[in-house]
Amino acid sequence: MTSESATKAAPRHLRRVTLIWFVSSVVADLLFWFLAGPHMPPGRMTSTAASNQSDFNILMVVALPVLLGVWEFILYALITWRSKRPGVPEPIGGPAAAGNQKVEVSWVAITATLVILLVAFGTVELIVNEGAGAGEGPNPIWQPAGVNQAEANALAGTGTWAPGGNDILVVQVIGQQWEWTYRYPTFGGFESQQLILPNNTTIAFNVTSLDVIHSFWAYQLEVKADANPQVNDVAFTKTRQLGNFVVRCSELCGIWHADMYDYGKVVSPAAFLHWVTTSEAKNAANTADLPAFAWTYVPDANGAAGGYYPDGNVTPYSRVEVYGSTQPGS
Amino acid sequence: MENIEDLSTEVVTNSDAPPAVTLQAKPKRPGWFSQHLGTAILFGFLGYILGHWFGNYISSDYSYVVSSGQNSIADLLALVGMVIGWLGGIGALNYPFAKILGRGAPAEVEYEGLSKYFRYNLDHKVVGLQYVVGVLLFLFTGGLLAMAIRTELLNPTTHAFSADTYIKIVSEHGTIMMMMATSIIIGPLANYFVPLMIGARRMAFPRIEAFSFWIFTAGFLVIVAALPYGGFPTGWTGYAPLQTQAGPGMIAYLFGFCVVGLGMMAAGFNIAATVINYRAPGMTWGRLPVFVWGALSTTALLMLATPVLFAACVFGLLDETVQTAFFVNEHGGSSFMWENLFWFFGHPEVYIMALPGFGIVGEIIPVFTRKPLFAYRIAAAGMMGVALLSFFVWQHHLFESGINPDMRPLFSLTTEMVSIPTGFIFLVGMGTLYKSKIRLEVPMMFCLAVYFNFLIGGVTGVFLADVPVNVTVHGGYFVLSHFHYTIMGGIVFAFMAGLYYWLPKMTGKMMNKKLGLWHFWTMFVFFNLTFFPMFIIGLLGQPRRTFTYAKNLQFLNEFSSVSAFLLGLSFFIFLANLMWSMFISPERAPANPWDSLGLEWQTAYPIPHYNFERIPVIMSDPYHYSEPGAPSLADFGDHDGVHSMSSSTSGDSPTT
Repeated sequence: MTSESATKAAPRHLRRVTLIWFVSSVVADLLFWFLAGPHMPPGRMTSTAASNQSDFNILMVVALPVLLGVWEFILYALITWRSKRPGVPEPIGGPAAAGNQKVEVSWVAITATLVILLVAFGTVELIVNEGAGAGEGPNPIWQPAGVNQAEANALAGTGTWAPGGNDILVVQVIGQQWEWTYRYPTFGGFESQQLILPNNTTIAFNVTSLDVIHSFWAYQLEVKADANPQVNDVAFTKTRQLGNFVVRCSELCGIWHADMYDYGKVVSPAAFLHWVTTSEAKNAANTADLPAFAWTYVPDANGAAGGYYPDGNVTPYSRVEVYGSTQPGS
Repeated sequence: MENIEDLSTEVVTNSDAPPAVTLQAKPKRPGWFSQHLGTAILFGFLGYILGHWFGNYISSDYSYVVSSGQNSIADLLALVGMVIGWLGGIGALNYPFAKILGRGAPAEVEYEGLSKYFRYNLDHKVVGLQYVVGVLLFLFTGGLLAMAIRTELLNPTTHAFSADTYIKIVSEHGTIMMMMATSIIIGPLANYFVPLMIGARRMAFPRIEAFSFWIFTAGFLVIVAALPYGGFPTGWTGYAPLQTQAGPGMIAYLFGFCVVGLGMMAAGFNIAATVINYRAPGMTWGRLPVFVWGALSTTALLMLATPVLFAACVFGLLDETVQTAFFVNEHGGSSFMWENLFWFFGHPEVYIMALPGFGIVGEIIPVFTRKPLFAYRIAAAGMMGVALLSFFVWQHHLFESGINPDMRPLFSLTTEMVSIPTGFIFLVGMGTLYKSKIRLEVPMMFCLAVYFNFLIGGVTGVFLADVPVNVTVHGGYFVLSHFHYTIMGGIVFAFMAGLYYWLPKMTGKMMNKKLGLWHFWTMFVFFNLTFFPMFIIGLLGQPRRTFTYAKNLQFLNEFSSVSAFLLGLSFFIFLANLMWSMFISPERAPANPWDSLGLEWQTAYPIPHYNFERIPVIMSDPYHYSEPGAPSLADFGDHDGVHSMSSSTSGDSPTT
């Protein structure tokens, strides 16, 4: 090609590839948003699930044009400028091709703006959504109103929860090799092997472990909090739909890590009250044998096989209290 | 032997070539018990037995591993003895011991022929080729373990392995691959080509360089020893209470990382010192090849991040053996501390893997587009920026762990900021492709594949950096797929690009193009078919390192497994190509098969022992493609004026 025709053709390339990019991006984004978006995991069973789903979808809408932009440019370049014979690129080569300040500056500006907007969006979602269902450690800073009082009451055994009220339900999740158990401090601290939750209720999960690090992952509820030994990791969500959900462990905890799952249920508040009161009564004898309800538990002198007693502290770093008569004889 | 004499006379007559080591002119026929791989194996074996005996001798009364009847101190000292024996057997300790005893440096014997590849050799070109074999050993071992993982996951309920064996395979796979990836490009390609690219006669510390290779191989022995030790169940992350709970295999994991870490630090210091001090006259920072920038930014991470891993592993070993409580919550330690220390190393580690890959891509694309590298400064700044930022992101692995929850927006910000300098690499590539003359040779295709794969890996990284979305995708197959896209899709593809590009220089033989194309297409297609479904598997809720999984995910897992087997096959095509082109039917490579302007291609083949007859004077950067009036790259001192100029600046002295 002559240099004249090349210079004529020059501006067309960028315009053409931009046009292809723009059209394909709009199409891809619309297709994703309307066809795939509403079905993206983890669904809309809780407040956190719903917001994480829309969060994911918004990131996807930003990501698709980026992916398409780079791929289409490279593909376009391969089709347009491929050559099997060695030669000199036309029409540019040499110093003119070694850099273009305008392009460089705008690239940096665009990527930086995009990144800062995404971080701002993610942070707002995290704070507005009270931790977004992630474990926030023993002293969460983004939390629903009234949670401190609810937790204090739960620990003292004076917590209340009734259908139709605005009470926060405190649930303790205990990871151990290789199963999850759940304690309901509001209802006498009985322990259940199944997680049953009332609908339309804010739940405060207090996650801890008896041995190694697990991670409590209630998939459809969109809650994930590491279960650390002697740490109380708190996460929040608000249930919105009835249904089943699966609980898995998402941190490698030994050979049966994969089998550490069970199925939970979100039921109507009335049904929950029925289940929880009957369970409390049915388990009364077992509950009496359990260590007193505490945020964390430590193994006694006999090691894991010997039993556990309450740590009494919510931070892993402070000294363990002396338990006196509450320590099981060993 | 004649060659040795030739070389020594040349050294004497060529006044500006001070030899790297005291080169003895007396040729010596290597005896059976001169130090080589065989003595290393023998001494390693003896060291193992001696260490085990010594451990039992000093501690059999009080130290033991829970429910195994084994003595953990003996288990550790056996591995220590093995590594020391291995290093002693290969000859790594001759020089330090001679110095400690106040004697002069022992004579370095230069071996000829194939023999030198099995010895403690101080020539960076030999070490580079040794590293090729070394990293391929890691890569294929880890790859076979990956095949075992995918075999198990063919079916959710029918098992090929027991749960116990499976988790050990997963852990070995992860650890071996991570160790391999720290060195896959820095080891073979940076060691070989950094001196050639900056116009140096040798590395700054040839002994440390050889040490870094031989201790890297010792690391392989240690981590493989984890299997006869009973394996370890923690994955490559080695989280603490599980680590404390694990059996003696954990000792091999912890000590293995110590050993490989030593090699990483040694390699990092050596390459950094070489780049800073050994650049030829005229090789200013603005003319440094972009691959050297990639290597330099990596060495910063190797030097600063690896010590943290080393310390953490030493703490872990003390916990395992002498019952300290660094990571034991009940006794005043903290399992959080392991998570922090591990990821403080672990995230820079990810860029230790990625950065040299970026360097290779930036180096190769101009050659096959016949255009100058677009925005060279941006490329260098991007890699240094990634290196810097990588130290500020580690807690994004711990968003749900309960550590510092209020810091999450900050770590989210720093993590997403990494995508800005990473984006520079894409700008550089796309700008170079623009209106170029693209030749689709095999190395170029691998580079383009890096852009394709790494973009997916990078964009999914932004999802993971967003805290709310991280709740969905952390700890599942989504993140697994993400890092395989960056590590395998990025660095292993870049390594292949580098091998196809530079093997003709390293060995004088061309890689077969037809087999190369088969290798590329199978690897590229089946890599994507293996790992893309894993994003979906992850979003559908399958946690990592699972032995069983949900029934509805069987099809996707089977699909991924079958693709993985074919991906494994593509590596055997590579191996076949390597064997065919190097040994069975070698084809003589032209001096400069890709018409590259790089300084490394301007040397003769075989490359002289000290690389350059005279130290070249660099006159421009190596990317002036398609530029008729461009200054020539370097003056090699073929005429008197320049010769006197280069001899006035001593070859081995710092040029800055």
